[in-house]
Amino acid sequence: MTDAAAVPAPRTRGASLLAPDERVKRRNAAEARFRASGLVAIVTALLALVWLLASILSAGLPAFRQTFVTFPVTLDAAVLDRKGSRDPADLAKVTTVGYAKVLGAGFAAAVEAAGVGTDGLTPKEIAGLLSEQAPARLRDMVLADPGLIGQTVAFTALASGRIDGYLKGRVTMESARLDSNVSPGQLALAEALKAKGMLGLAFNPGFLTMPDASDKRPEAAGLGVAVLGSLYMMIVVLALSLPIGVAASVYLEEFAPRNRFTDIIEVNIANLAAVPSIVYGILGLAVFINFAGLPQSAPIVGGLVLTLMTLPRIIIPTRAALKAVPPSIRDAALGVGASKLQTVFHHVVPLALPGILTGMIIGLAQALGETAPLLLIGMVAFVRDMPGGLPAGLFDPAAALPVQVYNWTQRGDPGFVERASGAIVVLLVFLLVMNALAIFLRRRFERRW
Amino acid sequence: MTNGYLILSVLALAALAFALARRRAVASVAGDTRKLHSLPRHHGQTAFLLAAVPGLVLMGAWLLLQPVVIDARVGGMIDAADIPAGSTPGLVMADVRRIGEGLDRLVAAGAVGEEALAALCADAGGLRARLAEAGVALGGDIGPSAVDAALARRDMARGGHRAMTGAVLALALAGLGYGLSRVRPGFRARNVSETLVLGLLIGSSLIAILTTAGIVASLLFETLHFFRLYPAADFFFSTVWNPQFRGGSDLGIWPLLWGTLYVSLIALLVAVPVGLMSAIYLSEYASARARAWIKPAIELLAGIPTIVYGLFALITVGPLLRDWLARPLGIGSSSSSVMTAGLVMGIMVIPFVSSLSDDIMNAVPQALRDGSLGLGATRSETVRKVVLPAALPGIVGAVLLAASRAIGETMIVVMGAGAAAKLSLNPFEAMTTVTVKIVSQLTGDTEFASPETLVAFALGLTLFVMTLALNVLALVIVRKYREQYE
Repeated sequence: MTDAAAVPAPRTRGASLLAPDERVKRRNAAEARFRASGLVAIVTALLALVWLLASILSAGLPAFRQTFVTFPVTLDAAVLDRKGSRDPADLAKVTTVGYAKVLGAGFAAAVEAAGVGTDGLTPKEIAGLLSEQAPARLRDMVLADPGLIGQTVAFTALASGRIDGYLKGRVTMESARLDSNVSPGQLALAEALKAKGMLGLAFNPGFLTMPDASDKRPEAAGLGVAVLGSLYMMIVVLALSLPIGVAASVYLEEFAPRNRFTDIIEVNIANLAAVPSIVYGILGLAVFINFAGLPQSAPIVGGLVLTLMTLPRIIIPTRAALKAVPPSIRDAALGVGASKLQTVFHHVVPLALPGILTGMIIGLAQALGETAPLLLIGMVAFVRDMPGGLPAGLFDPAAALPVQVYNWTQRGDPGFVERASGAIVVLLVFLLVMNALAIFLRRRFERRW
Repeated sequence: MTNGYLILSVLALAALAFALARRRAVASVAGDTRKLHSLPRHHGQTAFLLAAVPGLVLMGAWLLLQPVVIDARVGGMIDAADIPAGSTPGLVMADVRRIGEGLDRLVAAGAVGEEALAALCADAGGLRARLAEAGVALGGDIGPSAVDAALARRDMARGGHRAMTGAVLALALAGLGYGLSRVRPGFRARNVSETLVLGLLIGSSLIAILTTAGIVASLLFETLHFFRLYPAADFFFSTVWNPQFRGGSDLGIWPLLWGTLYVSLIALLVAVPVGLMSAIYLSEYASARARAWIKPAIELLAGIPTIVYGLFALITVGPLLRDWLARPLGIGSSSSSVMTAGLVMGIMVIPFVSSLSDDIMNAVPQALRDGSLGLGATRSETVRKVVLPAALPGIVGAVLLAASRAIGETMIVVMGAGAAAKLSLNPFEAMTTVTVKIVSQLTGDTEFASPETLVAFALGLTLFVMTLALNVLALVIVRKYREQYE
């Protein structure tokens, strides 16, 4: 019984229970460090989000404002309507070159009348302050109303991209010295005109409605075709994926027996939801364009590809919504003599509808922002003409919002970067509205049993 | 009759079938509907489905198959002598299609009558001029057999369309007649219509299988086509990627795979620590209120379209890294680099790691935590020694899913990583990935004859197999883990 003496006395680490010893301090410090690193991670993620949004917004918001020049133009009948007949067919023969002359003369006169010095600037350089798009707009205006010929009208023209860049701070006197497209003299003239109130920034509705413009005139490029193309695609996606998605979910959730066949379908859907989106683009190219012979860059093909991509992403939340409806509802309906199908379509689906719609809207929002598959089916093409009305317009070439962004980033002129960021802002606003709608639906109608 | 009107008329016939069958059912029992087995509505539904579904299914199948059948028959009409040197049957067929399109436009504009087409086509030079007028430019020389083929193709397409219209309408009418003939008091219309609807439901769920089959078939078919033109061994083992559109390209996959894996690795190096620590903080430390705000905010990162990240990489992160890191250190001069794409992609996949890990750590039973805390462990010790080991398989699954997402990501690398295929260790150099090359080889030119275009399908198949393997692995790991606590 001498063993007890051999056992060392229990070590007491500290003298007091109240004062922590070294080891407890170390452990508590480790605890604090661990907790702080968690906090740092969250702050990092949130800062990344803020940085991303701030950088896109600050680059994109200027795209909604554009530099306009307002001055009186005398629509000289000697140039625009030599025969004096006011016959639309004759008027249409005068090209934008003729209108550019009229416009240049009017602008030069207005500059002189304003008493602004134009030392050293050639007439061509003075006219260079205006966008190349301006004569075309004047021509459209005159063709729409030939009565204007011979009158002097106040005309608001887009300023050229570099002048616009100067007002927004993108172009400076130093950069203009190195730039063959603009001279410091032109910038000085713009500055003087701005002081006189003839030239200035204003909200530009054309950014949302006008079609795309060529590489040389970023100031005239708009999102009209892209917005319409995206809208058409979303209509196709909604019209196909809502019925098919609900039908497939109802079958899998309510009717499918548990066997190998339904197992295969389920694993399949789970995998399809994780297939990279570009693979759907390859599928669309091979099946819809090469095999079925549908036209390239058409919203119908884009819509079909996005439908296939969205379906699995819709089926998963729809099944969850159906599953959340309690069995007692089904039992009650079956108990009063409804058939299985009546039970599902008269009771279960209506009760699950808020959840289904929420999943549907989120799926649509994902489809709206998807770019990669659309690149492969030719939606990157330069499209200037608006697609026609529904349903024939589904087969016309069109652009799509996210692809338009990509398209603009590939152009040379720095003005297009601002356009691309502005287009992203438009896209994000659409997504925000859709997600807000989804959240509203969920909050307002979701039932918990 | 255009396709839209055809669909409308089939639906109109089906609506008529509904009304007639309903009335007939009521009439068959002289208005006393109690004697019917099924409600009059069910009789109507049955007739509606019988009239509408077969016709529309036939129409869909016909529209999908007709171009294939016609092209196969027309392709045989082209003389080998009419294929110019350096051209291929595929290119001539494209011309044939373009001629047909131009003829359609001429007729639609009223410039040429139907009967004058044959005369116009006899004169090759005149035809070219007229087509140019209509805005259709032809490629190489057109041989007489190509023009004949174009005319035959047009005739067949018109004949096919007429035949389809007739067949679809006949089928709808037959369905209507059959549906009406079955109406009698004892007919179990509810059961029949429900069986039909169930068939439609099964059909919808089969679309998922069809999509997978379509993906696999289109990828495999064109990949085999590619390997007939280009040796598979070179594709899989060569370390040079240098496509030449005149032929004689080197199409080795390794530089692309290396770029893909390098970018994904950097993305994971960013996303895993940040995502995992956020998940730990959210599930173990954060109050319920903070969690309710922070979790959706982080998940917002997953809801932002990838094109936004691409633009972010292009205009903000790329120039920033170049001007503040790569140039001062003298290790790179390009704003698109592996580091740019990797960092931005890392931000994008944070929520994939954090959300799933958070869910999985929440599924670890509270009793395990209570036991550990009760023994005197601090919270961080509990997390590291108890919660993380228990949740490890699920976290590995989440990381694998994030990796699969990063490998398949396209827009960020297209806009952020560059286009030069290189095998280099320097992360500040521009490199390229599998997805970038799929986009660049397939945009614009879609004549599927050259290995330079077809290689995109082999790359797509590689990508598909890689992501599928990662997903299945992740799914298996997550499932296996879940069973432990159920």
